[in-house]
Formats: sequence, structure tokens, C-alpha cells
Amino acid sequence: MISSIEIARTAVRALRRNKTRSMLTALGIIIGVAAVIAAFAVGAGANKSIDEQISSFGSNFIMVFPDRSAQQSGNTMRYLTYDDAKAIEDEVSGIEAVAPMINTSATIIYGNTNWSTSVTGSTEKFSQVQDWEIAQGRDINESDIRQGAKVAVVGKTIVDKMFFGESPLGQSIRVNKIPFNVIGVFVSKGQSQSGGDQDDFVLVPITSAQKRLVRWTTPGRIGNIYIKGVSMNALQYIQSETEVLLRERHRIKTGQADDFSVRNISQILEARRKTTTIMSMLLGSIAFISLVVGGIGIMNIMLVSVTERTREIGIRMAVGAKTMDIRAQFLIEAMILSMIGGTLGIILGIFTGYALASLTSAPPIFTVSSILLAFFFSGLVGVGFGYYPAWKASLLNPIDALKYE
Amino acid sequence: MALVELKGIRKSFILGEEEVEILHGVDLSVEKGEFVAMMGPSGSGKSTTMNILGCLDKPTKGTYLLNGDDVSDLDNDQLADIRNSMIGFVFQGFNLLQKTSALENVELPLLYAGVERKTRHSRAKESLIEMGLSDRIYHEPSQLSGGQQQRVAISRGIVNRAPILLADEPTGNLDSVTSDEIMSLFCKLNSEDGITIILVTHELNVAQYAKRILHFKDGIITDDKINNDRRGVV
Repeated sequence: MISSIEIARTAVRALRRNKTRSMLTALGIIIGVAAVIAAFAVGAGANKSIDEQISSFGSNFIMVFPDRSAQQSGNTMRYLTYDDAKAIEDEVSGIEAVAPMINTSATIIYGNTNWSTSVTGSTEKFSQVQDWEIAQGRDINESDIRQGAKVAVVGKTIVDKMFFGESPLGQSIRVNKIPFNVIGVFVSKGQSQSGGDQDDFVLVPITSAQKRLVRWTTPGRIGNIYIKGVSMNALQYIQSETEVLLRERHRIKTGQADDFSVRNISQILEARRKTTTIMSMLLGSIAFISLVVGGIGIMNIMLVSVTERTREIGIRMAVGAKTMDIRAQFLIEAMILSMIGGTLGIILGIFTGYALASLTSAPPIFTVSSILLAFFFSGLVGVGFGYYPAWKASLLNPIDALKYE
Repeated sequence: MALVELKGIRKSFILGEEEVEILHGVDLSVEKGEFVAMMGPSGSGKSTTMNILGCLDKPTKGTYLLNGDDVSDLDNDQLADIRNSMIGFVFQGFNLLQKTSALENVELPLLYAGVERKTRHSRAKESLIEMGLSDRIYHEPSQLSGGQQQRVAISRGIVNRAPILLADEPTGNLDSVTSDEIMSLFCKLNSEDGITIILVTHELNVAQYAKRILHFKDGIITDDKINNDRRGVV
């Protein structure tokens, strides 16, 4: 058998003779590899952004929220109430702070400016639980809560977008047409790890939110409860104690399901990670299928090529090509096609990854190993799907091949 | 010792359920330096004999001694080696690789002989120049006339210094003037380079260039005589 460099040269020449067809054949692999690369990178990026969220929230953070699945199983839905939050704070130990929360969105108006933003109703504990600091003015306090005062502390983005550098303190903004007095501004936290603007919100006393913004009919109803534990070690205890307390308060009988859910932040994000992993596996398998389809495309074209070039094979055999020379030539042609496809696919995949990630706001992560894997795999596809046509070519009888029209 | 020796060669093919014998015992001996023409109607067995001589096919029965070695029972790769080093082919339809330069076409046997690239180039060029194609080295078959294409094919046949050149209807696709040119080339290769030439043709005026003419009929050689009216001898 002659050297593989010579065979590779022959193969390249043969591919050049049919440039358009070679490129179209490689296209299948290009798309397949690009899809694999992009899917992995976006998946890895999403996972990393979840990791970063875990660390930015702080791990000693627990969230209580109403569980709608319990309602469906026949229980009457009990919402979480302001008193539930109070009870947790009073009766469960190991807690640093508890913040009852109402999250809603609203249009706020100042002068001629409209702005859609999220409005958080909570207590003076909110800043402590979520690590916010006051830059100007003051935070909401207990008496604001008691009175249901129409006061608001605004994020930096609100100041930038609505006050254009003017001091907002003492100004009146209308939240869903109800006037609130701005009493303070938070220190900017900037963008979150996942790219969202953390400063785009307004904090109002939870009592005002209940009465004037959400107007829920159940007295004392709140959205959910944030709990900050004194340490990581306390979380387990706080979680189970909170569950017992809330079951008692909500009069849930033994054997009945909870109508609420207590999760620490890593559990919540773990669930989200599961979702993204499933998503990226789904994407990845679709990508993988397209790579296989690309491989079948190569096999198809190589089979056509073997038939078309029967006479060429006959000539080569007549002048002394051995079985392995012919087999290697067609195999290497298939491999070169898929490697070219692989290389271009990697480039396209990187672009696609960034394009897709701009929709999800988590930057994609390209690892050398994933790129090498994709490249290696495209070579494998070439060998796998190129072997049959090459084998077929090598078994031709030179006399028949020479006579082939 | 004869260069080529066929002893009792029989060849059968399976056609559907039946086995049909095409050659019924061919005996032939060709010495080095001979120029033999094989004639006969189609189906007479001359092409089958040619394929066996060219190591493209194996006899069903009988012995083929090439340069004294029995090649009747070699495997495909061993036959490929023999074709590469011992035999040059010239076909009726030229059988050149399309979209491939004359030079690369001529290089093919050297490529499979494992000759290194530079040597390949220079030897292929030499061979093309010898065939009078010095200004057609980088042309592709589609840019060459029939006679030029056949000369490229002859260059390819002799480039690896094979002692035997087998030509299957080499002038079948050519006009009479070009045919004469090509046949004169064969005569020159035979007389000057001592290459043994075996030719299949059904045209008597082409066969008349040979030194010896064989007639095939129904799978055997019926007539074998020295050609006394040789054409093209200078």
C-alpha cells in the first residue's frame, strides 16, 4: 500500500474536482457540528450562571412560597400571610431576619415619564435579607409598615431613567396612579451575573402594597417569605421547624400534603439547573441527530461518487492500485469532507452559541475539550459513514469497472 | 524462456444458472520483443485472453507463466503488483482520468509503485515528451484530441518501464491518419525500446503492423503465423 500522504493528496484532488458537491456534502457536517458546539456551550453557560446566582444570593437563604400542587390535590388553598412571617420570626430560632414579600410589576409615572418596573412590597427587614444598602435618604421603617404609608425606596435605575440626575428625595411618583413619596435610594448593585438589571425596582411597605397595589381579598395575604439564617448549618433546622410551624398554623392534618414549600436557594437553583440540563441534553441530542444525518449525507454522496467513478477505480486498479489503496482513498475523501465540515462547523457553532446566548443572557462557555470532541467526532462520522462506500469501491472487479459507462 | 506462456487456458463464466466456457484451451507463447496482433470476431475469446494476459482476470483452468513465474493463482493484490511492474495498458476508449492533467495521468502507475514525487514528475514528463506531447503536459483529456489522448495513455503504459504493452483496439476511436500515427508509435516502441506488444484488433490493416498475427475463433486459436506483409517498417 502506498503512503497515506499520497492517498490524501489524491483524495484532495478528487474533492477539488467536484467543489460544489464537496461543499454541499460538508454542509451536513457543518450544521451538525455547529449545533453540537452551540448546544454544549449554551448549556454550560446556563449552568455557570446558575452557579453564580447561588453564590450571589448567599447560601444561607431560605424561601417559603405557596405550593399550588397541594391545592389541586383537594386541599383548600391557604395563602401565606403576614402573620405566618411574624410567627416564623418569633418562634423559629437560628434566624437572622425574615422578610414577607409581595412581588408585582407596575407602571410608575413621574412628571411626563413612564417606566415599567417591578415593585416589591416588604418590611424594613428586606434590606437585611437581600443585602441592600441605602445611598440617600432612609429605608422604610416599622412605622411606615404600621401606617401603610405611601412611601417608596427606589433603585438606581429608576433615578437614572426618571429623574435624570435630579434628586428624587421628597418627590412624588405615581405607582399604578397612586402617589408615593420617595424617601430613599438604594446603593447600586449593577447587573446580576445573568445580565439582569438588579437596580430596576421600587420598594414599598408591604402593607401599602397589600392595600393599594395588589388588592388581594384574603386579609394579610402575602406572596412569599424570605428567611436569612444565621449560618449555613442552621438552614436544615430552620427549614424543618418552619415546615412544622406552618403545618400547624395552616391546620394541615397528618398525611395531608403541605400547601406551601420551603426551599433553600441552592435547592431552588438546583431544580432550575435540572431544567437547563434537560434542555441542553435535548438540544444536544437534536444536534447529535443532525450530525448523524450529516454523516448519512456523506455516505450517500460517497456511494454516488463510487458509482460515478467506477471507471476511474478500474483505471487505478489496472495500473496497479491495490484493494487497500482504493479503500483508503475513498475513506480519506470521506474523512477530509467531514473534517472540513467539522472545522467550519466549530466556527459556525461559536457564532451560533453567542447568538443563542444573547437570547438567554447567559454567556456561552466553549471548552477546548468540547471543541476537540466535536472535531474528533466529525472525523469518526467520516470514517463510520465513509467505510461502506470505500469498501464497496475496493471490491470492484477491474474488468467490469473499466467497461462501466 | 518465453516472456509469456499460456498452457491449456480455459475460462468459464457463470451466466445465470449456467456455466459457459469461453476459452476452450488456449496455448500461446510470446517471446520478448515480439509484436503480436490478435484478431477474430467478437465472442471469439480474444478479449478474454487479453484480460488474462493482463492479469486483470484469472483462468479457470490452465497455467499462465509470466517471465517464468506462475501467475495463474495469485490473489488480487499480487496481480495488482504484477500489472503495475510488468504490464502497460492501452484501451480503445483511452481510459484517462477526466479533469486530471496528462502529467498526473501518466504518473498514476508510478504513484502505485511507490515512486517518490519528484522522480514521478520527471519520469512522467520524460515519457510524455517521448510521445511528442511536450506542449500538452498540463492539459486535461477534454482539451486533447483523440490521438493526443491515446498518446497520453501510451505514455502511462510505458512510464513504469513495463516489458509488456497490451493494447485493446487502440485505434478503434481514431481516424485512419491518426491510427497510422499511433501504430507507428507502437512499432517504434517495439523496435527501439524492445517492448513486447500484444494488440487486439479486428481491422486487418491495423494488425498488419504486427510481426505475428493470431486468429481466434470459438475460444481457440485457429491460426498463428508470421506476418510477411508488415506495414510501417522503415
